[in-house]
Amino acid sequence: MAQKVLVAMSGGVDSSVAALLLKERGYDVVGAHMKLWDFVDVGGDIYKDGRCCTIDSITDCRLVCDSIEAPFYVLNLSREFRSTVIDNFVSEYNVGRTPNPCVKCNSDVKWNEFLRKAEQLGCDYMATGHYAIIEKNGNGRWHIRKGVDGTRDQSYVLWGVSQEALSKTLMPLGEMKKTEVRQIAQKYNLRTAHKPESREICFVTDNNYRRFLDEWNEKRGNEFEPGEIVHENGIVLGKHDGIAHFTIGQRKGLGISHPTPLYVQELDTKTNRVIVGENDALFTSGFQANQVNWIGGSPDSGTFDAEIKIRYLHKPSAGKVTPLAKNRVQVEFFDKQRAITAGQSVVFYNGDAVLGGGIIA
Amino acid sequence: MEQVYLDHNATTPVEPEVVEAMLPYLGETFGNASSVHSFGRDSKVALENAREQIAAFINSEPSELYFTSGGTESDNIAILGTAYQLKSRRNHLIVGATEHHAVFEPAEHLHEKENWLLDKLPVNSEGFSSAEELNRLIKDKTAIVSVMLANNETGTIQDIEALADAARSKGVLFHTDAVQSVGKISVDVKKLKVDMLSLTAHKIYGPKGIGALFIRQGVKIAPLFYGGSHEKKRRPGTENVAGTVGFAKALEIAGRRMNEDHRNLTELSDYFIEKVVDAIPDVVLNGPRTKRIPQTVNLSFVGIEGESILLSLDLEGIACSSGSACTSGATEPSHVLIAMGKPKVEAQGAIRFSMGRSTTKEQLDYVFEKLPPIIERLRSMSPVYERT
Repeated sequence: MAQKVLVAMSGGVDSSVAALLLKERGYDVVGAHMKLWDFVDVGGDIYKDGRCCTIDSITDCRLVCDSIEAPFYVLNLSREFRSTVIDNFVSEYNVGRTPNPCVKCNSDVKWNEFLRKAEQLGCDYMATGHYAIIEKNGNGRWHIRKGVDGTRDQSYVLWGVSQEALSKTLMPLGEMKKTEVRQIAQKYNLRTAHKPESREICFVTDNNYRRFLDEWNEKRGNEFEPGEIVHENGIVLGKHDGIAHFTIGQRKGLGISHPTPLYVQELDTKTNRVIVGENDALFTSGFQANQVNWIGGSPDSGTFDAEIKIRYLHKPSAGKVTPLAKNRVQVEFFDKQRAITAGQSVVFYNGDAVLGGGIIA
Repeated sequence: MEQVYLDHNATTPVEPEVVEAMLPYLGETFGNASSVHSFGRDSKVALENAREQIAAFINSEPSELYFTSGGTESDNIAILGTAYQLKSRRNHLIVGATEHHAVFEPAEHLHEKENWLLDKLPVNSEGFSSAEELNRLIKDKTAIVSVMLANNETGTIQDIEALADAARSKGVLFHTDAVQSVGKISVDVKKLKVDMLSLTAHKIYGPKGIGALFIRQGVKIAPLFYGGSHEKKRRPGTENVAGTVGFAKALEIAGRRMNEDHRNLTELSDYFIEKVVDAIPDVVLNGPRTKRIPQTVNLSFVGIEGESILLSLDLEGIACSSGSACTSGATEPSHVLIAMGKPKVEAQGAIRFSMGRSTTKEQLDYVFEKLPPIIERLRSMSPVYERT
């Protein structure tokens, strides 16, 4: 009997083609859209197109599934998404850190609740349209490698996925280029073939994360504490309306005048200060990370070299990684990097293989 | 794959005899029923004949029956139309705690956006409300009470006569949503003493997109639509003649078959409940054992989510339902079962099987073959289910 796979479908071209390819390869495909949030909760414009979790996207998934003769369901995971991803997103910003909600969603919702749903439906696998490659190594562990299309590689957001979950996951787009994916969609006349892609945070529907934080906090009675904006040399330059509104490296929206451009260097929760300075001062080399997950297995011992990526659009840079107790690591770049930001994910690579990742402390 | 349809409370297949009756009005008899010429007259006659037949079926006068697009529209006209008519004098309404969203949402709209006071009439563990409770909730300013006749999720048949009596004795209008009742049990608006009653065709093997609202002679409501004198200005819009003809034919068949259908469905549902309870541990029947529409069997499989059962059954070709589906198709926990005070583990694991004329024992046997292993699998993965 054909192996059964539950495909996570956003309504975009990637997951549509992923479902189609699996069907072609003889899997018994079931499509499912994760309903992760409601407009009444997250604000924004209900009539805006092109986002997942909108009725139009669900209709796209539904019709794509119909055209490949796969059943399709909507799974309501909004409760789990709110309590893990959105609450974490807000609480991280509230303490001056800059989270990666997609990383959190992957480890806590997709490769947790969604996978559980797949198992409940009797599926052997779950699948996504991520551009990354999952494979089993000689040592019996499941590895993640970068997607072949360098401009689309999504291995960065997958470091938190467990071995157990990886063993039950298919990513049919890992070996493909985006242009090929679009070609296939066109060839099979999928209605999502020409859909533009969305790379922003799905639940911040207007891409205005300050608006989102303000509304979310206000509804829950949280108030931001105003504080001082201070130059790293100690001079107070102005006031801010809450450190949640800032992120490391930010230049715009500081509301201060200064002869040279100033950038956020540090968000000090103890003194509730936003510390600013010149661009040069943003370049540092050392930091610690915690909640580390080793995809390739725990490193044997001691310090090792790796290419290190510190945000989604960062070009990995070489450095030394030293594992510490309690799932922490010490990282030293060989060359200083700009705006190493607490709360963001750091991912360690050996060539195109993901060794592991963690959260910048 | 075998396909078994056990979702007749959602909708039913149209009887071939109904399709046959409708065809002339989708073909040669196409006139606008409001036109003065012969084409219009032919359609008008068909429309009024249908009205007469349907009115007779619920023991109302033809002049008291207004055609709509279906149950949701009928419910909205009843609730909002009454509220807008009486808003200078009244500001309170009462709806049953287990109503369909077609009643809930207009009521909540009035409450949230138009400053109306809203009370929900509670139900007991089997879904019944009491007239004494209703009496306590009625105020001087109450405009309307709306309580459904038979519940769509559990089949509970409410004692509408007693509730309507309580409302009317205090000068309050009473509406009942009877879309799950008309054609399945005997419904008589004079006996029920209701002021308004919603009915629809597609739940009883008629076409979708046609329904009606009975409005007792003398009851005034404000229209929600404007744009013509159709349906005595209470629901303007070119009449769906073919729909009304199909609706009338569906009720004619229902009337002819009511006793036979009722007997068959009672037998099938008894068989079904007995077999399921026998084969699977920790199953609870939601709603009363008697005093319900027999085709509705709502069961809670303790410790698992209804959604997972529903989807697993669908993958085996068995169609049923859980909770109420929203636009997106995502399921929400049933507000009906929650109002009945069901514990969370039971409310979450609820599934509604609703049988119909084409349901056979063989089909149910197919369900008994597929259902126990699904329940077993889901329970083995459940973090909350403990074997007793």
